[in-house]
Amino acid sequence: MRKVSYRDALREALQEEMAKDSSVFIIGEDVGRYWQGAFKVTKGLAKKFGDERVRDTPISESAIIGVAVGAAITGMRPVAEIMFGDLSTLAMDQIANQAAKLRYMFGGQIKVPLVIRMPFGAGVNVAAHHSQSLEAWFTHVPGLKVAVPSTPYDAKGLLKAAIRDDNPVMFFEHKLLYPIEGPLPEEEYTVPLGLADIKKQGKDVTIVATLYMVHKALAAAEELSKQGVDVEVIDPRTLVPLDKKTITESVKKTGRIVIVTEDCKTGGVSAEMAAMVAEEALDYLDAPIKRVAEPDTPIPFSPSLEQFVLPDEERIIKAVEEII
Amino acid sequence: MFEIRCFEEKVYDLYGRNLVPGTIHLYAGQEAVAVGVCANLGRDDYITSTHRGHGHCIAKGARLDKIMAEILGKKTGYCKGKGGSMHIADFNVGMLGATAVVGAGIPIAAGAGLSIKLRRTAQVVACFFGEGASNQGTFHEGINMASTWALPVLFVCENNLYAMGTRQSRVMNIANVADRAAAYGIPGKAVDGNDVLAVYEVARGAVGRARRGEGPTLIECKTYRQKGHSRFDPATYRPEDEVKRWLEKDPIQRLKTRLLKDNVLTEQKAKEIEDAIAAEVEKAVEFAEKSPYPEPEEALEDVYA
Repeated sequence: MRKVSYRDALREALQEEMAKDSSVFIIGEDVGRYWQGAFKVTKGLAKKFGDERVRDTPISESAIIGVAVGAAITGMRPVAEIMFGDLSTLAMDQIANQAAKLRYMFGGQIKVPLVIRMPFGAGVNVAAHHSQSLEAWFTHVPGLKVAVPSTPYDAKGLLKAAIRDDNPVMFFEHKLLYPIEGPLPEEEYTVPLGLADIKKQGKDVTIVATLYMVHKALAAAEELSKQGVDVEVIDPRTLVPLDKKTITESVKKTGRIVIVTEDCKTGGVSAEMAAMVAEEALDYLDAPIKRVAEPDTPIPFSPSLEQFVLPDEERIIKAVEEII
Repeated sequence: MFEIRCFEEKVYDLYGRNLVPGTIHLYAGQEAVAVGVCANLGRDDYITSTHRGHGHCIAKGARLDKIMAEILGKKTGYCKGKGGSMHIADFNVGMLGATAVVGAGIPIAAGAGLSIKLRRTAQVVACFFGEGASNQGTFHEGINMASTWALPVLFVCENNLYAMGTRQSRVMNIANVADRAAAYGIPGKAVDGNDVLAVYEVARGAVGRARRGEGPTLIECKTYRQKGHSRFDPATYRPEDEVKRWLEKDPIQRLKTRLLKDNVLTEQKAKEIEDAIAAEVEKAVEFAEKSPYPEPEEALEDVYA
């Protein structure tokens, strides 16, 4: 199978859905023909589909999402880009109060088919305003779906499914994933929202990891296999809806779970998953639930500081060893 | 206009009898704005609305009974009891819904305008908001985008002088919100918002401009709410003589007086119209009161499509 980067896989998804459905359009800062996306995901799309459908905006995150909401409730399927997930704060009313709630408040009269793509995450030394992992915030808002692809295959399949979904979907793209290559089929496919993927089968301990941390978890699993520990790595792929079944079934098999996410530990994605496992599979656990997450600080700038706060293989291995 | 007034008086009465859950923000006094603007719109055109939105719904052609049922929290209401007074929507008549976050409807209206442009239809959008909303960032962001892209939107500011209890002069360094249009290179028109014919004329020009693809217009309608901000507000922060002056400029009475003077209307005809409307409102109340409340479990529906 051909190898394609995460970035190019996302672009293929956008291109295919735009070619198929004239109501799909892209809106965001510097997504158009001049800059072609801060991370080049939209490269070439303005040339192919025109400036109307690959629309550069002023620096106005609130209005980017507000305009996308207005278009979504009147027949379009916008794909909005917030250049850095950190800047979603500026659009929070439009995301959390408008996009997420209009359908409900209006008694189901309308659908809000909207995708909000957000490059995000730490590891490139750009400090506290360009590095955060804010997925958990959006899982706390009923009405939103939250997609967290870790591979090119999942990125393309989930983005296509998100564009076709009739709900607002927050789509998180970790910026360290863009250059990562992986196998991509030639034929068309989608990945349904709400279906986890077992990235590596194992029987001794379950690691649930998301986004860039999936790759760290797989590396840790490889290391642990040398010690004779057989790790199962599960990638939920979407946080809302969450595939509880795949996670709890794995826990029932292994009796042990380590949850690895890049976001802050308190009130984070890992907290919700730990609570879910405690509620639904506590009797199957042979050891305490372990979490490896960011230690509740803003992301610092200097490489040594940044590396210190980010979960890594060493910490994942240590967490596994503590419960084996 | 009389329909809106009659409806709002009935809501006020029902609230007093403890039949309306939550709070209400009445449109009484501002009727000429919604009516003057919406008289220029077709069924396919869109409007966005605010927490003070009953008048917008009625002017755009939404049904009185379903609005009233929603205000009373009934299953037969426009939003099946999930929205209430501040969130009424009727997508069948282009009423894109009321949002209660001040200023939030402005970019949404611009988005409906962008949708029209991308779909290449001849529709327009009228976006209602208050002078308080014009101090929000969404006002700047939304109108900047709409003007840059020449979107077919009427930004209709209902300047009723007070953002809750805060008088405009205490929070703005200009008298006319319309002057802000200059910052976006679009026409800004201030108009007597208690004169329905004046509002109609200004809106007509703006709708024509929008349909011709020439872009948005900012219309400031100078008006006044005859009641407090919400049901429990006695509005003691407003000088008595100011209230009295504005009550004398009541938009319904002004139109009626003019129509009588011009011999377009007779007292008898006026009474017939008013009686017919009052009967319609009574029917709406009856429908709403007789309607069932939603089943509690319906709270779990409509979160996702």
